[in-house]
Amino acid sequence: MTKDQLIAKLKTIVQPYIQDEDAFNNLSEETDFINDLKINSANLVDVILDVEDEFDIRIENDDMEKMISVRAAMDVVNEKLAAK
Amino acid sequence: MNRVVITGLGVVAPNGVGLDAFLKAIKNGTSGITFHQQLADLNFSCCIGGIPQISEEKKLEYLTPLQLRGFNSSGILYGCIAGIDAWKDAGLSVEADSELDVDSGTIFGTGTSGVEKFREAIYKLDDKQVKRLGSTVVVQTMASGISAFLGGILGLGNQVTTNSSACTTGTEAILMGYERIKNGQAKRMLVGSCSDDGPYIWGGFDAMRVMTYKHNDSPEKGSRPMSESASGFVPGAGAGALVLESLESALERNATIYAEVLGGNINSGGQRDGGTMTAPNAEAVQRCIKDAITNANISANDIDTINGHLTATSKDGLEIENWTKALHRKGDDFPYINSLKSMVGHCLAASGSIESVATILQLKEQFVFPNINCEDVHPEILELISKEKIITKSLKTDLNIAAKASFGFGDVNGCVIFKKYKK
Repeated sequence: MTKDQLIAKLKTIVQPYIQDEDAFNNLSEETDFINDLKINSANLVDVILDVEDEFDIRIENDDMEKMISVRAAMDVVNEKLAAK
Repeated sequence: MNRVVITGLGVVAPNGVGLDAFLKAIKNGTSGITFHQQLADLNFSCCIGGIPQISEEKKLEYLTPLQLRGFNSSGILYGCIAGIDAWKDAGLSVEADSELDVDSGTIFGTGTSGVEKFREAIYKLDDKQVKRLGSTVVVQTMASGISAFLGGILGLGNQVTTNSSACTTGTEAILMGYERIKNGQAKRMLVGSCSDDGPYIWGGFDAMRVMTYKHNDSPEKGSRPMSESASGFVPGAGAGALVLESLESALERNATIYAEVLGGNINSGGQRDGGTMTAPNAEAVQRCIKDAITNANISANDIDTINGHLTATSKDGLEIENWTKALHRKGDDFPYINSLKSMVGHCLAASGSIESVATILQLKEQFVFPNINCEDVHPEILELISKEKIITKSLKTDLNIAAKASFGFGDVNGCVIFKKYKK
């Protein structure tokens, strides 16, 4: 999967939870889930579950804590996919 | 002490969702009771019930797509629809980014919240999938889920809470909100109650054999309060909501005033002197009604119509006897009396608020809604009050004061007095 494909998939996953349309439209590797997209922190666990389902991976607590930005999410997903 | 008036109403009932549909239904005596195959498949004795009809499009008018993700709490849905409708009906705005309204709060009761959601969660938990629950279980299954949803949607900055007192819940919520405004602690309180539908909320009652099993082939005939052929209650679900407001605030805003809350009373029979977990202490019921009359500063003779609890179990006769003793009125001197349950079934925690909405509409529109399925009034009841007081066809008549009572498991009682508002 290319970087752009991965970003596109993550973008679709976070869409239901975002509360800042502009930040969402300009989503990049640098985008932060809470500060930029204004995702309610309680919904971060739902984003994680949706990522698990989309890529058929399991994300443990340690990795979950890191996943607060697009870049961090990409790193975790790539790592898990590589280990499959 | 502030006078307290009703400036908004909302209702989600088995026989009508929204005020207009509900008013039409209760005027015409339309039943909302239907057969449910799911209950039959689960071996319920009673396979009929009252479930409000809500389309997917309608849900999106009240909750966001995000709120509806993983949403599985019918009571919260009904409560949000009724609550938001009441708020708008009162001429108040619903804006996601409104300023915090410190003068408004909510007391919105329920019996248990999100029982289907809870079931879903338990299956996942037992499958060792606790991590997969997501963020939605707590807010949908906590008792105060409904007041938490409404508080956020409306931006309420005063008290936001949920009360729970079985089938007295809705009536109790009204009186708690009334007290808060009367005492000057809030200008407006959204009060009401909601109840889930379906087998997981109704099963315990079916097991107690208090629901009728004789009308699975004739659902609309099943709920028969005060009838000789009554054979148990029919379960229902939904929500009712009222915006209570200080008279001063209502006049300032030039709001429509449906009626005034004159007062009322909440008490318990303490499961003593004949009262049990499931049966009322008759003396306490009578005291509740008498104290409500005193609190409202009226005389028993001022009451024009009663909206009873009257569930269609064997206790209806005792309830009528309690009213006659508390009011010292019987026979032709007794007020009109009706039970909404004949049309919608027993909506449990939601009953008191839905039935209060019906009672207030009667005062506003000057009519008494009919008791359907009561062509054969129980002889025990006819010894106490005359048949003409139990009308079976909608009646246009002058009404000034209405009493609404609810009684619940735990031997708890509530009675509220409403009065037609005159300028």
